[in-house]
Amino acid sequence: MATVELTFSALPAHVRTARLVATAIARRTGVSEALLDEVRLAVGEACSRAVEAHRVHCPGEPIVIELRDDSGRFEVTVTDVAPSEDLQQPVIPADGSLVPEMPGLGIAVIAGLADDVEVSSGAKGMRIRMSWPASPNGVAAV
Amino acid sequence: MDLKLDHHSEDNLTIVDVEGEIDVYTAPRLRELLIDLVNKGNFHLLVNMEKVDFLDSTGLGVLVGGLKRVRAHDGSLELVCTQERILKIFRITGLTKVFGIYASVDEAKEAHGRDK
Repeated sequence: MATVELTFSALPAHVRTARLVATAIARRTGVSEALLDEVRLAVGEACSRAVEAHRVHCPGEPIVIELRDDSGRFEVTVTDVAPSEDLQQPVIPADGSLVPEMPGLGIAVIAGLADDVEVSSGAKGMRIRMSWPASPNGVAAV
Repeated sequence: MDLKLDHHSEDNLTIVDVEGEIDVYTAPRLRELLIDLVNKGNFHLLVNMEKVDFLDSTGLGVLVGGLKRVRAHDGSLELVCTQERILKIFRITGLTKVFGIYASVDEAKEAHGRDK
């Protein structure tokens, strides 16, 4: 099992970086080209949700994303430390810069995209684990 | 790629050309533009997404918010999009039933003309 761990500040600009890194590692791990758009979108959704939650509850805390090549699966885990009891409530930072019109939609999108999804949440944060099939030898199918 | 926004009016329709990525970082700019257009009396909007590379739920939320605002003035917000990877997120969320989605600006203008 090979793991890449990325830690980033809760800034919207970093979500794109997380998407790019996840897509690059997915390709290298052997996720088929047809699934890479789904990986990119699902990872982006998970990181966006985490950034929005951190900006409200704990803007100084980083978000962690782990990317694993695990026996023919490409697994991504996004972990935040913002209390998530209010998952379905609008998340509105004090400066009003982010005002989601449809809170909770991101999780629905992830569920529709990832092959395998597990969401665990609580007072200490949320963990979204998702995975996709990858070729066992890590060579991307073309 | 960053987000590029442009808009122009044709008859009673305001066409918003969007290019690049609509995500949690860039979506506020699109949201501000849509609010500004509505505040200036543009209630029939057509968002051309043919050059959009990436759209996430934040972007969807902005489009839904725009739709709510124009509908408050009996207006419309429709989309031009033929890219399968963008259409997929509309299908997953069921928003294909909420937005009018056209294959081209001309097709949308024709439909808009019939509705007037």
